[in-house]
Amino acid sequence: MPGRVIQISELTKIYKMGEVDVRALDGVDLNVDEGEFIAVMGPSGSGKSTLMNIIGCLDRPTAGTYLLDNVDVSKLDRDERAVIRNAKIGFVFQSFNLLARTSAIENVELPMLYGELGWSREKRRAAARESLRRVGLAGREDHYPSQLSGGQQQRVAIARALVTNPAILLADEPTGNLDSRTSEEIMGIFQQLNDDGKTVVLITHEPDIAQYAKRIVHMRDGLIQNDEVGKQKRPTLMSSRA
Amino acid sequence: MKNSVIRMGNITVVGLKAISRNKLRSFLTMLGIVIGVGCVIAVVAIGNGATKSVEATINSLGTNFIMIFPGAATQSGARIFTGQSTMTPEDADGMKAECPAVAYVSPMVRSAAQIVSGELNWGTSIQGVSTDYPLIRSWNVSEGDFFTDTDVKAASKVAVLGQTVVDNLFPNGDAVGQIIRIKNVPFKVVGVLEKKGGNMMGQDQDDTVIAPYTTVMKRLAGKTKIDMIQVSAVSGSQVQEAQNEIEAYLRQRHRIQPGQDSDFMMRSQEEIAQTQAQSMGILRTLLLSIAAISLLVGGIGIMNIMLVSVTERTREIGIRMAIGAKGRHVLMQFLFEAVTLAIVGGLIGVAIGVAASLGVGHFLKWPIVVTPASVALSFGVAAFVGIFFGFYPARKASRLDPIDALRYE
Repeated sequence: MPGRVIQISELTKIYKMGEVDVRALDGVDLNVDEGEFIAVMGPSGSGKSTLMNIIGCLDRPTAGTYLLDNVDVSKLDRDERAVIRNAKIGFVFQSFNLLARTSAIENVELPMLYGELGWSREKRRAAARESLRRVGLAGREDHYPSQLSGGQQQRVAIARALVTNPAILLADEPTGNLDSRTSEEIMGIFQQLNDDGKTVVLITHEPDIAQYAKRIVHMRDGLIQNDEVGKQKRPTLMSSRA
Repeated sequence: MKNSVIRMGNITVVGLKAISRNKLRSFLTMLGIVIGVGCVIAVVAIGNGATKSVEATINSLGTNFIMIFPGAATQSGARIFTGQSTMTPEDADGMKAECPAVAYVSPMVRSAAQIVSGELNWGTSIQGVSTDYPLIRSWNVSEGDFFTDTDVKAASKVAVLGQTVVDNLFPNGDAVGQIIRIKNVPFKVVGVLEKKGGNMMGQDQDDTVIAPYTTVMKRLAGKTKIDMIQVSAVSGSQVQEAQNEIEAYLRQRHRIQPGQDSDFMMRSQEEIAQTQAQSMGILRTLLLSIAAISLLVGGIGIMNIMLVSVTERTREIGIRMAIGAKGRHVLMQFLFEAVTLAIVGGLIGVAIGVAASLGVGHFLKWPIVVTPASVALSFGVAAFVGIFFGFYPARKASRLDPIDALRYE
């Protein structure tokens, strides 16, 4: 019986734009179980970015509850959320967001520097090396982001997200800056990690990309409109798999 | 606890990397601190050296030393030399008997001349004094003897040479017993004075010829008045008393009515020292204010660059926050960067300051005293400037919203 990783109920987020209240989220309910691969879709303005920010503990809801790994994180302050992000969430962004002039392995080590684990340098190195191996970048440890292709940079970002063994991988348009072939490779990696048991939450506006998830949620006007379990698309090119 | 120390260590290394990436910019940022700290070190070192050097030269004047000049200090304090000296050797003669606080008295007559010995000649100053002179100035002969009271009474043509004169006229030594010619008058060298070095004006005190004042007045200068009286008080505590006695004695001798200005004035060794200390203090205050301003400007420079750096690296800050950096992690990273800039600047400043002080010391022949306290002080000030001016940009960085920071282009 898989555990429930994300438990969201009656989630509301209201932005004040001058005198007007904008209801970015208008009472969202969403549950995600361990081992799921869920895609959140929707046009811009649908509230999917706001939902992602709250799921990622970058932001707090105005009302409602959000249990991540059975911990209520909806009322935590800045520093408490930083600790949760570090321990439970692995971010993958559209623009990779690697530190320039910092080698691949050092980028992957970064979350461990801020972690509560207090790992030794050797242990961090080893974990980062293993993480890079999982995304198929063994041997590229000392490359700098500028020496890597877009797909490789995104793999470094995935390795960084994985390294602390978080409860969820949260990918925000991870293929938005990649060509279709590389996109397929990256989605393949997510599927592989999901096959190994990792929970993946994917935010995208591209239906093609959403097809790689097992479950697709459509958002519109701050509400979940549609929640369906689809037939998962598998990449045709598997050359990138480690 | 140990873990958190290790983690902070890791984060501070990040700051170091950022500095080494922008070497030129980092150096320019440090420049203000470099100059400020360099100034502090140099000022303190040179100031201490100068104080020591002044103390030494003032002590070399002699103990409990008082000078009496002809001329008057007017009520406004301006010194006026009326042209004609009214001071005679007789003023000096009676002084010892009339003033109990006075230990030694010597008149002084000054002249300048070209001195010839064989084929060599040397232009120097001639000072006519009495036999009390070596006692007043604590200045003994290293060879031969000082001239005697008999020589003074008889206006004998004898001379005692300063070391510089010996070096120039008698390169092989052996000056005692030789004859030198001053303005064509032959003088017998009876002694050589020990080396005394420069005075506080930088003049070489050894570049002189000492002769009986009677001889100088009659044979060389053709004067009937004297240029100065030098006096030594019985003890340090009686310098003021001696000055009062001399004042009363000379006013009576010169028949100066009460209320009238004296036709002479006095300076004691202590007063000279005070004047010197005062001008030294002004110089020091001036240089220290330059240093303070420079440190302030340097600090503002650091703040400016750190603000630019925070803006430039907004994205980086967002990434760090997203993967779990707390506000204080980011704060420490940027604060450490600012403090490192300041401290490295401080180190370079210390090096430059020490080098500059040694250079100045070599040039002015001052003893240079670089104290650990001044190094520690300027270093501490540099670190403080780093923390003070680095704090605002660092806090700004730590308060960024991770969502906005991640979106920043």
